[in-house]
Amino acid sequence: MQQQRRSTRRDDEPELPGPEVPPTQGQNQAQAQQVDDLLDEIDSVLESDAESFVQGFVQKGGQ
Amino acid sequence: MSNAHEDAGPADARPSVSAVTRPMGIETEYGILAPGNPRANPVVLCVELVAAYTAATSESGAPHVPWDYAGEDPLADARGFRLDRAAAHPSQLTDDGGRATNGAGTTELRRPSAQERHHQGHNAVLGNGARLYVDHAHPEYSSPEVSTPREAVRFDRAGEEVMRHAAVALATRPTGSGEREVVLYKNNVDGKGASYGTHENYLVERSVSFGDLITYLTPFFVTRPIICGAGRVGLGQQSETPGFQISQRADYVENDVGLETTFNRPIINTRDEPHADPERWRRLHVIGGDANLFEVSTYLKLGTTALMLWLLESGEVPLELDALTLADPVAEAALVSHDVSLTHALTLSNGRQMTALEIQRTYLHAISEAMDRAGTPDQATAEVLARWRSVLGKLETDPASAAAEVEWVAKHQVLQSMRRREGLPWDHPKLAALDLQWHDLRPERSITARLQAAGRMETLISAEDVAVAVAHPPETTRAYFRGEVVRRYPGQIAGAGWQSVVFDIPGREHLVRVPMTDPLRGTRAHVEGLLDCSVSAEQLLAGLQS
Repeated sequence: MQQQRRSTRRDDEPELPGPEVPPTQGQNQAQAQQVDDLLDEIDSVLESDAESFVQGFVQKGGQ
Repeated sequence: MSNAHEDAGPADARPSVSAVTRPMGIETEYGILAPGNPRANPVVLCVELVAAYTAATSESGAPHVPWDYAGEDPLADARGFRLDRAAAHPSQLTDDGGRATNGAGTTELRRPSAQERHHQGHNAVLGNGARLYVDHAHPEYSSPEVSTPREAVRFDRAGEEVMRHAAVALATRPTGSGEREVVLYKNNVDGKGASYGTHENYLVERSVSFGDLITYLTPFFVTRPIICGAGRVGLGQQSETPGFQISQRADYVENDVGLETTFNRPIINTRDEPHADPERWRRLHVIGGDANLFEVSTYLKLGTTALMLWLLESGEVPLELDALTLADPVAEAALVSHDVSLTHALTLSNGRQMTALEIQRTYLHAISEAMDRAGTPDQATAEVLARWRSVLGKLETDPASAAAEVEWVAKHQVLQSMRRREGLPWDHPKLAALDLQWHDLRPERSITARLQAAGRMETLISAEDVAVAVAHPPETTRAYFRGEVVRRYPGQIAGAGWQSVVFDIPGREHLVRVPMTDPLRGTRAHVEGLLDCSVSAEQLLAGLQS
């Protein structure tokens, strides 16, 4: 059991979350809903070609 | 600085304790990108960025004030030895090589040649006492020394504004070839293996042994990201495993204790370069923290660390903290960061197991008890304690309730909403793009700006107070003197550093270096009167020497 808890717990996170994934508490649910309200706005500022943007984001190492 | 002193006010007449007051600051390397030219040399971009900012902000066409390296000693090691220069990795030589350190009193210096001036061009001292320069391949803002966590937040936010202004200055500069559009990111990883730092610096009384700092701060730093991590899409240095983690920097921790900052990065960095009287102070250089856009996260990061240092300086560290020693701190740094459920149990050297929340609670409890014995916390101390307690409580009961304060919680929430709505797996590029744009400094592209506008990101500092911090130094450290002379005597300051200012008095054969070895002198209270009656740098110098 302890060994299992030392894992990164990615097992707890479904690969493809559906609407059922989420939060167990009411308040949590309400806050998630509020974030949902922001998604369209966030979408409107996201780079349209996410893949090439992410690929092109290359930095030199620093401190 | 366990400076308990008698307070005139309180009815119980207990001493007031300033447990979060000490010289501190944050240095941040920003990510930099030229969208129109992904192959652009980043060092050239950084040089042009800094030059554009200094040109745009210089008073009356005076040249910018370059950095003065006097007294820098980046190879000194807190464990008591000095790394041989020949054995040092070139990235560790941050002092520009081989200049003599000056002793007490002013020193006369030769004027630099035009070529030497040119080489100083990408290393500027700002009117707020900060340093803006090129570090490796990143533009860096080193905040001026401040004395409280709240001031640290204000001058860290000022750094964002400086960087924003710099990008605009570059885009609109009247002359020069090269790239004009650069985008700056206040983050620490590119997701492909590169990391760049956000370092905190704290002065600690020399009486605290370095061994105690290692013993008591290691479990603290390993668990601290749960209250101040910036969040990151991808696990592993190259994001080789899909997922989300709490900290930007955890996967780059490779060592428990060491001098390096650009490779083999340690949890406890041993660079012992106090930029102050080494008999009294050592500098704690913390390299594992994340760059935060959430003010409360920065505030907690600095505030809780300052409380820890107060406890260690008090010399009354309770035994319960000895028990927190971790069996494998390097491995635990990653495991804590990878566990957004906050249920991972860290294994202690004594065989027991505790969660990161429980370990943080233990530190908070020990500090609260020590505070009860020492006296009454002053307002700044009480605020940090209350915030720490409150945020831990929220993380224990409903992490989402801390989303306006703890950056990784907010980022995780937004990413999860996006995943739910669109059925995205963690390795979908849209999520990685969202993660990067979270840190984009351009208001029109920034995700955090959307959250702030929606009232989902608590701020501690007003926009007006940040604007003041862009142009004016803090008032309670020597940064006041540094910033004010840069502001007041354009063209008459040949350089400045953490512990020196070099004056260039018209008509004099030599430059004059004035040492500032005490970070708590040169404050507004000390020197404003003298500055106000000194129309020129020459008058000021005469006043200082009289």
